[in-house]
Amino acid sequence: MGAILNSDQANVIAASSSEDGFSPPSIIEFFPPKLFEFGPDFLGQPMFAMTRINIIMLIMTTFLLVFFFTALRKPQLVPSGIQNLGEVFLDFVRVQISEEVLGHHAKRFNLLLTTMFFMIFAFNITGILPLMHIAASSVVAVPLILGLTSYFVFNYAGVKQHGLKGYLQMNLFPPGVPLPLYLLVTPIEAVSTFIFRPATLTIRLVANMIAGHMLLVLFYGGANYMLLVSDSFLLKPLGAFSYVAGFAFTLFEILVAFLQAYIFTLLTAVYISGAVSEEH
Amino acid sequence: MELLAEVTGNLGAVGYGLAAIGPGIGVGIVVGKALESIARQPEAIGILRTNMFLGIAFTEALALIGLVAGFIFT
Repeated sequence: MGAILNSDQANVIAASSSEDGFSPPSIIEFFPPKLFEFGPDFLGQPMFAMTRINIIMLIMTTFLLVFFFTALRKPQLVPSGIQNLGEVFLDFVRVQISEEVLGHHAKRFNLLLTTMFFMIFAFNITGILPLMHIAASSVVAVPLILGLTSYFVFNYAGVKQHGLKGYLQMNLFPPGVPLPLYLLVTPIEAVSTFIFRPATLTIRLVANMIAGHMLLVLFYGGANYMLLVSDSFLLKPLGAFSYVAGFAFTLFEILVAFLQAYIFTLLTAVYISGAVSEEH
Repeated sequence: MELLAEVTGNLGAVGYGLAAIGPGIGVGIVVGKALESIARQPEAIGILRTNMFLGIAFTEALALIGLVAGFIFT
Protein backbone atom coordinates (compact mmCIF):
# COMPACT_ATOMS: atom_id res chain seq x y z
CA MET A 1 0.00 0.00 0.00
CA GLY A 2 2.89 2.32 0.73
CA ALA A 3 3.98 1.91 -2.84
CA ILE A 4 0.53 2.76 -4.21
CA LEU A 5 -0.19 5.78 -2.06
CA ASN A 6 2.37 8.51 -1.91
CA SER A 7 2.13 10.87 1.01
CA ASP A 8 0.24 13.59 -0.87
CA GLN A 9 -2.53 11.21 -1.84
CA ALA A 10 -2.63 9.92 1.71
CA ASN A 11 -3.09 13.47 2.97
CA VAL A 12 -5.93 14.09 0.55
CA ILE A 13 -7.71 10.90 1.56
CA ALA A 14 -7.26 11.63 5.26
CA ALA A 15 -8.62 15.15 4.80
CA SER A 16 -11.61 14.08 2.71
CA SER A 17 -12.69 11.39 5.13
CA SER A 18 -12.70 13.77 8.10
CA GLU A 19 -15.13 16.23 6.53
CA ASP A 20 -18.29 14.43 7.55
CA GLY A 21 -17.43 14.67 11.26
CA PHE A 22 -16.38 11.22 12.33
CA SER A 23 -13.27 9.79 10.66
CA PRO A 24 -12.75 6.12 11.43
CA PRO A 25 -9.10 5.07 11.73
CA SER A 26 -7.56 3.60 8.62
CA ILE A 27 -4.31 2.01 7.55
CA ILE A 28 -3.13 5.36 6.18
CA GLU A 29 -2.16 6.42 9.71
CA PHE A 30 0.87 4.19 9.40
CA PHE A 31 2.13 5.98 6.30
CA PRO A 32 2.63 9.50 7.63
CA PRO A 33 3.80 12.25 5.28
CA LYS A 34 7.51 12.92 4.86
CA LEU A 35 8.79 15.68 7.09
CA PHE A 36 12.06 16.30 5.29
CA GLU A 37 14.33 14.63 2.77
CA PHE A 38 18.08 14.51 2.49
CA GLY A 39 20.94 12.65 0.87
CA PRO A 40 22.09 12.23 -2.72
CA ASP A 41 19.58 11.93 -5.54
CA PHE A 42 18.28 8.46 -6.29
CA LEU A 43 15.78 7.91 -9.12
CA GLY A 44 15.00 11.61 -9.21
CA GLN A 45 14.34 12.21 -5.53
CA PRO A 46 16.52 12.36 -2.40
CA MET A 47 17.56 8.96 -1.14
CA PHE A 48 16.47 9.32 2.49
CA ALA A 49 13.40 10.79 4.11
CA MET A 50 12.22 11.12 7.68
CA THR A 51 8.66 10.73 8.87
CA ARG A 52 7.16 11.28 12.30
CA ILE A 53 7.69 7.59 13.11
CA ASN A 54 11.41 7.69 12.25
CA ILE A 55 11.88 10.63 14.58
CA ILE A 56 10.11 8.71 17.36
CA MET A 57 12.55 5.85 16.77
CA LEU A 58 15.52 8.21 17.13
CA ILE A 59 14.09 9.70 20.33
CA MET A 60 13.50 6.29 21.92
CA THR A 61 16.96 5.03 20.90
CA THR A 62 18.50 8.10 22.51
CA PHE A 63 16.38 7.57 25.60
CA LEU A 64 17.54 3.95 25.96
CA LEU A 65 21.18 4.95 25.51
CA VAL A 66 20.94 7.76 28.07
CA PHE A 67 19.02 5.60 30.54
CA PHE A 68 21.42 2.66 30.56
CA PHE A 69 24.45 4.92 30.41
CA THR A 70 23.40 6.88 33.49
CA ALA A 71 22.23 3.72 35.27
CA LEU A 72 25.40 1.71 34.75
CA ARG A 73 28.08 4.35 34.28
CA LYS A 74 29.62 3.90 37.73
CA PRO A 75 28.28 0.57 39.01
CA GLN A 76 28.49 0.17 42.77
CA LEU A 77 28.65 -3.15 44.60
CA VAL A 78 25.58 -2.07 46.57
CA PRO A 79 23.34 -0.49 43.93
CA SER A 80 21.30 2.57 44.69
CA GLY A 81 18.90 4.86 42.88
CA ILE A 82 18.75 4.52 39.13
CA GLN A 83 21.31 1.70 39.10
CA ASN A 84 18.77 -0.42 40.99
CA LEU A 85 16.20 0.17 38.28
CA GLY A 86 18.61 -0.66 35.47
CA GLU A 87 19.73 -3.85 37.20
CA VAL A 88 16.17 -4.98 37.82
CA PHE A 89 15.36 -4.64 34.12
CA LEU A 90 18.55 -6.35 32.96
CA ASP A 91 18.11 -9.12 35.52
CA PHE A 92 14.58 -9.76 34.32
CA VAL A 93 15.74 -10.56 30.79
CA ARG A 94 18.76 -12.55 31.94
CA VAL A 95 16.96 -14.69 34.54
CA GLN A 96 13.44 -14.97 33.15
CA ILE A 97 14.30 -15.37 29.48
CA SER A 98 17.94 -16.23 28.75
CA GLU A 99 18.76 -18.58 31.59
CA GLU A 100 15.27 -20.03 31.83
CA VAL A 101 15.23 -21.10 28.18
CA LEU A 102 18.85 -21.40 27.11
CA GLY A 103 20.48 -22.82 30.24
CA HIS A 104 24.25 -22.94 29.85
CA HIS A 105 24.11 -21.30 26.40
CA ALA A 106 22.59 -18.19 28.00
CA LYS A 107 25.82 -16.24 28.21
CA ARG A 108 26.44 -16.24 24.46
CA PHE A 109 23.03 -14.91 23.51
CA ASN A 110 22.14 -12.76 26.51
CA LEU A 111 23.39 -9.55 24.88
CA LEU A 112 21.26 -10.07 21.78
CA LEU A 113 18.15 -10.97 23.76
CA THR A 114 18.58 -8.00 26.10
CA THR A 115 18.99 -5.60 23.19
CA MET A 116 15.97 -7.07 21.44
CA PHE A 117 13.76 -6.87 24.52
CA PHE A 118 14.52 -3.25 25.35
CA MET A 119 14.39 -2.10 21.76
CA ILE A 120 10.98 -3.67 21.20
CA PHE A 121 9.62 -2.44 24.51
CA ALA A 122 10.82 1.12 23.95
CA PHE A 123 9.40 1.14 20.42
CA ASN A 124 6.08 -0.37 21.54
CA ILE A 125 5.46 1.92 24.49
CA THR A 126 5.46 5.03 22.28
CA GLY A 127 1.97 3.98 21.21
CA ILE A 128 0.60 5.43 24.43
CA LEU A 129 3.18 8.11 25.28
CA PRO A 130 1.82 11.66 25.03
CA LEU A 131 2.84 13.64 21.91
CA MET A 132 4.00 10.48 20.13
CA HIS A 133 0.83 8.35 20.09
CA ILE A 134 2.02 5.81 17.57
CA ALA A 135 4.12 2.74 18.23
CA ALA A 136 7.43 3.00 16.40
CA SER A 137 7.16 -0.74 15.73
CA SER A 138 3.83 -0.37 13.95
CA VAL A 139 5.60 0.13 10.62
CA VAL A 140 6.57 -3.26 9.26
CA ALA A 141 10.25 -2.39 8.76
CA VAL A 142 11.09 -2.60 12.47
CA PRO A 143 9.56 -6.03 13.21
CA LEU A 144 10.86 -7.32 9.88
CA ILE A 145 14.45 -6.38 10.70
CA LEU A 146 14.10 -7.91 14.16
CA GLY A 147 12.50 -11.05 12.77
CA LEU A 148 15.25 -11.46 10.18
CA THR A 149 17.87 -10.90 12.89
CA SER A 150 16.30 -13.66 14.94
CA TYR A 151 16.11 -15.91 11.86
CA PHE A 152 19.77 -15.32 11.01
CA VAL A 153 20.94 -15.85 14.58
CA PHE A 154 19.16 -19.13 15.27
CA ASN A 155 20.16 -20.61 11.92
CA TYR A 156 23.76 -19.47 12.37
CA ALA A 157 23.88 -20.88 15.90
CA GLY A 158 22.43 -24.19 14.72
CA VAL A 159 24.79 -24.52 11.76
CA LYS A 160 27.76 -23.64 13.95
CA GLN A 161 26.74 -26.22 16.53
CA HIS A 162 25.86 -29.16 14.27
CA GLY A 163 27.33 -28.31 10.87
CA LEU A 164 25.07 -27.59 7.90
CA LYS A 165 24.26 -31.25 7.21
CA GLY A 166 23.58 -32.10 10.82
CA TYR A 167 21.44 -29.01 11.33
CA LEU A 168 19.28 -29.66 8.27
CA GLN A 169 18.97 -33.32 9.16
CA MET A 170 17.91 -32.44 12.70
CA ASN A 171 15.26 -30.03 11.46
CA LEU A 172 13.97 -31.72 8.32
CA PHE A 173 14.33 -35.41 9.21
CA PRO A 174 13.49 -35.76 12.90
CA PRO A 175 14.43 -39.26 14.12
CA GLY A 176 11.83 -41.81 15.14
CA VAL A 177 9.46 -41.26 12.23
CA PRO A 178 8.45 -44.17 9.94
CA LEU A 179 10.17 -43.79 6.58
CA PRO A 180 7.11 -43.10 4.33
CA LEU A 181 5.93 -40.36 6.66
CA TYR A 182 8.96 -38.23 5.78
CA LEU A 183 7.08 -37.35 2.58
CA LEU A 184 4.64 -35.52 4.83
CA VAL A 185 6.89 -34.43 7.69
CA THR A 186 9.78 -32.92 5.76
CA PRO A 187 7.82 -30.29 3.76
CA ILE A 188 5.83 -29.28 6.86
CA GLU A 189 8.97 -28.95 8.95
CA ALA A 190 10.75 -27.02 6.21
CA VAL A 191 7.94 -24.51 5.80
CA SER A 192 7.26 -24.10 9.50
CA THR A 193 10.91 -23.73 10.51
CA PHE A 194 12.36 -21.69 7.70
CA ILE A 195 9.39 -19.60 6.51
CA PHE A 196 6.74 -19.38 9.18
CA ARG A 197 9.06 -18.61 12.08
CA PRO A 198 10.35 -15.21 10.91
CA ALA A 199 7.00 -14.44 9.26
CA THR A 200 4.95 -15.04 12.40
CA LEU A 201 7.46 -13.15 14.56
CA THR A 202 7.09 -10.13 12.26
CA ILE A 203 3.34 -10.35 11.79
CA ARG A 204 2.64 -10.91 15.49
CA LEU A 205 4.44 -7.74 16.53
CA VAL A 206 3.27 -5.47 13.74
CA ALA A 207 -0.35 -6.66 13.85
CA ASN A 208 -0.53 -6.20 17.61
CA MET A 209 0.79 -2.68 17.35
CA ILE A 210 -1.48 -1.75 14.43
CA ALA A 211 -4.52 -3.22 16.17
CA GLY A 212 -3.70 -1.42 19.42
CA HIS A 213 -3.32 1.93 17.69
CA MET A 214 -6.56 1.42 15.74
CA LEU A 215 -8.46 0.57 18.92
CA LEU A 216 -7.23 3.67 20.71
CA VAL A 217 -7.99 5.94 17.75
CA LEU A 218 -11.43 4.39 17.35
CA PHE A 219 -12.40 4.84 21.00
CA TYR A 220 -10.96 8.33 21.51
CA GLY A 221 -12.13 9.48 18.08
CA GLY A 222 -15.58 8.11 18.81
CA ALA A 223 -15.66 9.77 22.23
CA ASN A 224 -14.60 13.08 20.69
CA TYR A 225 -17.26 12.86 17.98
CA MET A 226 -20.11 11.71 20.19
CA LEU A 227 -19.40 14.06 23.12
CA LEU A 228 -18.28 17.24 21.37
CA VAL A 229 -19.27 17.22 17.70
CA SER A 230 -22.56 15.37 17.49
CA ASP A 231 -25.81 17.22 18.31
CA SER A 232 -27.69 14.08 19.26
CA PHE A 233 -28.40 13.97 22.99
CA LEU A 234 -28.70 10.19 22.96
CA LEU A 235 -25.10 9.72 21.86
CA LYS A 236 -23.59 11.45 24.90
CA PRO A 237 -23.67 8.47 27.30
CA LEU A 238 -22.23 6.30 24.56
CA GLY A 239 -19.47 8.87 24.12
CA ALA A 240 -18.67 8.75 27.82
CA PHE A 241 -18.56 4.97 27.65
CA SER A 242 -16.27 5.20 24.65
CA TYR A 243 -13.93 7.49 26.57
CA VAL A 244 -13.77 5.09 29.53
CA ALA A 245 -13.14 2.19 27.17
CA GLY A 246 -10.35 4.19 25.52
CA PHE A 247 -8.74 4.74 28.90
CA ALA A 248 -9.02 1.05 29.75
CA PHE A 249 -7.42 0.12 26.44
CA THR A 250 -4.60 2.58 27.10
CA LEU A 251 -3.78 0.60 30.22
CA PHE A 252 -4.17 -2.60 28.23
CA GLU A 253 -1.70 -1.28 25.66
CA ILE A 254 0.98 -0.93 28.36
CA LEU A 255 0.50 -4.62 29.08
CA VAL A 256 0.58 -5.47 25.37
CA ALA A 257 3.76 -3.45 24.83
CA PHE A 258 5.49 -5.41 27.56
CA LEU A 259 3.98 -8.75 26.59
CA GLN A 260 4.93 -8.46 22.93
CA ALA A 261 8.52 -7.57 23.81
CA TYR A 262 8.58 -10.54 26.19
CA ILE A 263 7.07 -12.98 23.68
CA PHE A 264 9.30 -11.86 20.81
CA THR A 265 12.42 -12.29 22.94
CA LEU A 266 11.16 -15.55 24.42
CA LEU A 267 10.42 -17.04 21.01
CA THR A 268 13.84 -15.99 19.73
CA ALA A 269 15.40 -17.69 22.74
CA VAL A 270 13.31 -20.82 22.17
CA TYR A 271 14.28 -20.99 18.49
CA ILE A 272 17.96 -20.59 19.40
CA SER A 273 17.63 -23.21 22.10
CA GLY A 274 16.01 -25.61 19.62
CA ALA A 275 18.83 -25.00 17.15
CA VAL A 276 21.73 -25.53 19.57
CA SER A 277 20.26 -28.37 21.63
CA GLU A 278 22.43 -31.49 21.66
CA GLU A 279 19.72 -33.95 20.65
CA HIS A 280 16.24 -33.50 19.39
CA MET B 1 -31.19 -15.32 -10.72
CA GLU B 2 -33.06 -13.83 -7.82
CA LEU B 3 -31.01 -12.54 -4.90
CA LEU B 4 -31.90 -14.21 -1.62
CA ALA B 5 -29.56 -12.29 0.66
CA GLU B 6 -27.15 -9.42 0.40
CA VAL B 7 -24.24 -8.25 2.53
CA THR B 8 -23.22 -4.62 2.65
CA GLY B 9 -20.21 -3.12 4.32
CA ASN B 10 -16.77 -4.61 4.71
CA LEU B 11 -16.49 -8.38 4.44
CA GLY B 12 -13.06 -8.16 6.05
CA ALA B 13 -14.69 -7.49 9.41
CA VAL B 14 -16.78 -10.67 9.08
CA GLY B 15 -13.65 -12.56 8.06
CA TYR B 16 -11.77 -11.35 11.09
CA GLY B 17 -14.68 -12.32 13.32
CA LEU B 18 -14.55 -15.86 11.93
CA ALA B 19 -10.76 -15.94 12.25
CA ALA B 20 -10.97 -14.98 15.92
CA ILE B 21 -13.25 -17.86 16.98
CA GLY B 22 -10.71 -20.67 16.87
CA PRO B 23 -7.79 -18.81 18.47
CA GLY B 24 -10.15 -17.46 21.15
CA ILE B 25 -11.13 -20.97 22.18
CA GLY B 26 -7.51 -22.10 21.85
CA VAL B 27 -6.07 -19.37 24.07
CA GLY B 28 -8.79 -20.12 26.62
CA ILE B 29 -7.81 -23.78 26.72
CA VAL B 30 -4.08 -22.98 26.95
CA VAL B 31 -4.45 -20.53 29.83
CA GLY B 32 -7.01 -22.68 31.62
CA LYS B 33 -4.81 -25.75 31.51
CA ALA B 34 -1.78 -23.73 32.60
CA LEU B 35 -3.66 -22.33 35.60
CA GLU B 36 -4.86 -25.82 36.47
CA SER B 37 -1.30 -27.10 36.39
CA ILE B 38 -0.03 -24.18 38.47
CA ALA B 39 -2.73 -24.88 41.07
CA ARG B 40 -1.68 -28.53 41.19
CA GLN B 41 2.03 -27.84 41.26
CA PRO B 42 2.84 -24.28 42.34
CA GLU B 43 6.60 -24.92 42.40
CA ALA B 44 6.63 -25.46 38.61
CA ILE B 45 5.26 -21.97 37.94
CA GLY B 46 8.37 -20.73 36.10
CA ILE B 47 8.44 -23.33 33.35
CA LEU B 48 4.64 -23.42 33.13
CA ARG B 49 4.39 -19.66 32.67
CA THR B 50 7.02 -19.68 29.94
CA ASN B 51 5.32 -22.49 28.08
CA MET B 52 1.92 -20.88 28.54
CA PHE B 53 3.12 -17.72 26.82
CA LEU B 54 4.63 -19.82 24.05
CA GLY B 55 1.34 -21.61 23.53
CA ILE B 56 -0.56 -18.33 23.54
CA ALA B 57 1.86 -16.86 21.01
CA PHE B 58 1.44 -19.75 18.58
CA THR B 59 -2.34 -19.85 18.93
CA GLU B 60 -2.73 -16.10 18.69
CA ALA B 61 -0.73 -15.99 15.46
CA LEU B 62 -3.77 -17.39 13.63
CA ALA B 63 -5.99 -14.54 14.75
CA LEU B 64 -3.34 -12.02 13.77
CA ILE B 65 -2.97 -13.55 10.33
CA GLY B 66 -6.75 -13.18 10.06
CA LEU B 67 -6.39 -9.50 10.90
CA VAL B 68 -3.62 -8.94 8.37
CA ALA B 69 -5.43 -10.91 5.64
CA GLY B 70 -8.17 -8.29 5.63
CA PHE B 71 -5.66 -5.64 4.67
CA ILE B 72 -3.77 -7.74 2.13
CA PHE B 73 -6.56 -9.43 0.14
CA THR B 74 -8.75 -6.41 -0.49
